[in-house]
Amino acid sequence: MKELNTIFADHNPKLPVLNDEIYVNGLTTLNLGPTHPATHGVFQNILQMDGEKIVSGVPTIGYIHRAFEKLAEHRPFYQITPITDRLNYCSSPINNMGWHMTVEKLLGVEVPKRGQYLRVIMMELSRIADHLICNGILGVDSGAYTGFLYLFEERENIYEIFEEVCGTRLTTNMGRVGGMERDLTPRAEAKLRKFLDKFPPIMREFERMFNRNRIFMDRTIDVGGITAEKALNYGFTGPNLRAAGVDYDVRVMNPYSSYEDFEFEIPVGTAGDTYDRFIVRNEEIWQSLRIIHQALEKMPAGPIIAQEQHYKLPPKELVYKSMEALIYHFKIIMGEIDAPVGEVYHSVEGGNGELGFYLISDGGRTPYRLHFRRPCFIYYQAYPEMVVGSQLSDAILTLSSLNVIAGELDA
Amino acid sequence: MIANQELLDYLIKKHGASILDSAEPFGLLTVHTGRENVLDILSDLYAHDSYRFRFLTDLCAVHYPQNKGAELVIVYHLHSLETNTRLRIKAFLDINDPVIPTASELFATANWMERETYDFFGVIFSGHPNLVRILNEDEMDYFPMRKEYTLEDPNRRDKVDKMFGR
Repeated sequence: MKELNTIFADHNPKLPVLNDEIYVNGLTTLNLGPTHPATHGVFQNILQMDGEKIVSGVPTIGYIHRAFEKLAEHRPFYQITPITDRLNYCSSPINNMGWHMTVEKLLGVEVPKRGQYLRVIMMELSRIADHLICNGILGVDSGAYTGFLYLFEERENIYEIFEEVCGTRLTTNMGRVGGMERDLTPRAEAKLRKFLDKFPPIMREFERMFNRNRIFMDRTIDVGGITAEKALNYGFTGPNLRAAGVDYDVRVMNPYSSYEDFEFEIPVGTAGDTYDRFIVRNEEIWQSLRIIHQALEKMPAGPIIAQEQHYKLPPKELVYKSMEALIYHFKIIMGEIDAPVGEVYHSVEGGNGELGFYLISDGGRTPYRLHFRRPCFIYYQAYPEMVVGSQLSDAILTLSSLNVIAGELDA
Repeated sequence: MIANQELLDYLIKKHGASILDSAEPFGLLTVHTGRENVLDILSDLYAHDSYRFRFLTDLCAVHYPQNKGAELVIVYHLHSLETNTRLRIKAFLDINDPVIPTASELFATANWMERETYDFFGVIFSGHPNLVRILNEDEMDYFPMRKEYTLEDPNRRDKVDKMFGR
């Protein structure tokens, strides 16, 4: 044991070392992660355990840090959208739209109504996909694999709709500055309507399986709870904050992309524990479905992208035929169009909470500085406090119910 | 919503000389202050009866190398959830003396945000409980988001692109 200790100490003096003192205390050091199937991503937690009970935890993050903020300072606005895909990769369209809206705010571009409604549909679909993964995996971690498999088929159907709309499934790069790049094709609309028909019964079945399930309730109620006051102080947003009883939702507080046109409710919990987070996410899925139905019903006709703006790519047919179109195409793709000077903060309700973009433009072709307010990064710091005193298996459940996405955590 | 003008009047009345400048880019009130006053303003707005700026949305830094004597800016985005008002506070720092008091006692969420800012810009938050690198590796001996560090090694010759050079 002594030899192992010296190896650790030489390598990194900050790592807790297995020394004799710990044996006197009767505590065990346990490395939860960085690569373990139950952590759903690369997170490491160095836990001090007293038997099965967690005494303290030190999270280590940054395993998939990809320097997005630095990269963004060297890319034209168009080329930053694919970076945002890789933040919360379970709900990429929300990140894409949030970024487009930030740029539109800077440029002063007004998106046509139809474009806004299409965006709302895509954002709500991706919110459903995001919550499906989180809740499905919560089931897996508590020992119920079936629900996960049920839901994953539906997530697949959502991704097929994305594929129809933008050509890709996971990292979507959907939409353009000023609106959407493609309208709903008849096939996409058929797939969407089929999803809206087929999904609710499956979701109801999933809820029947879990919501009043004695075993699941025993595993999740009073596990990893956080009070509303603490949650606010820790900067929680999204479903995790709402589960603690605070009805803060960016879609309602600062409506964007015509969210004020739709009628929906903000589900809130009371205890802020794992069970409440699960229930809040399930309820949000129903509300998202409501929004999609309304958007499809009220969908106005008209253009899907703002016409009078420098960032609109000319149609591909014209690029081959007309000189102006070719020039504009070249200038936009090569990022030759300068943006106005300005400083913008724009936030959208992401899958996990308030996803903010703080953009400073100095009038060049790239942002001078771009900072992502990543909800995961901000609320994950409360994790040690939430799990201290609980069992190891409860800590796993708490982690998956927080829906920490490694890509968003590490940016 | 609290009107920007009302909030600005209150801040000037209460903190007078410590409000150096103000602006309203895209409707978001931005006030500039010095590092010795920023914590006073934050805690005053936190404790205020009706404003209640109790939610720290975001904290980050920006580097302006041309701005001699005030190269680093620490940007706080505050949100008053009861009144749904946002406020931006900026504090300017000299890059040779990048020290500012920590806000982590007021907002628990500032803990990691400040660690991130230290990690990328080398801003020292005095009084911070655990100011170590968070996303980069511990052995790193520079602060990569400062403007003097280019994205790629400038000595590389294999990626020179004269036509569209980034």
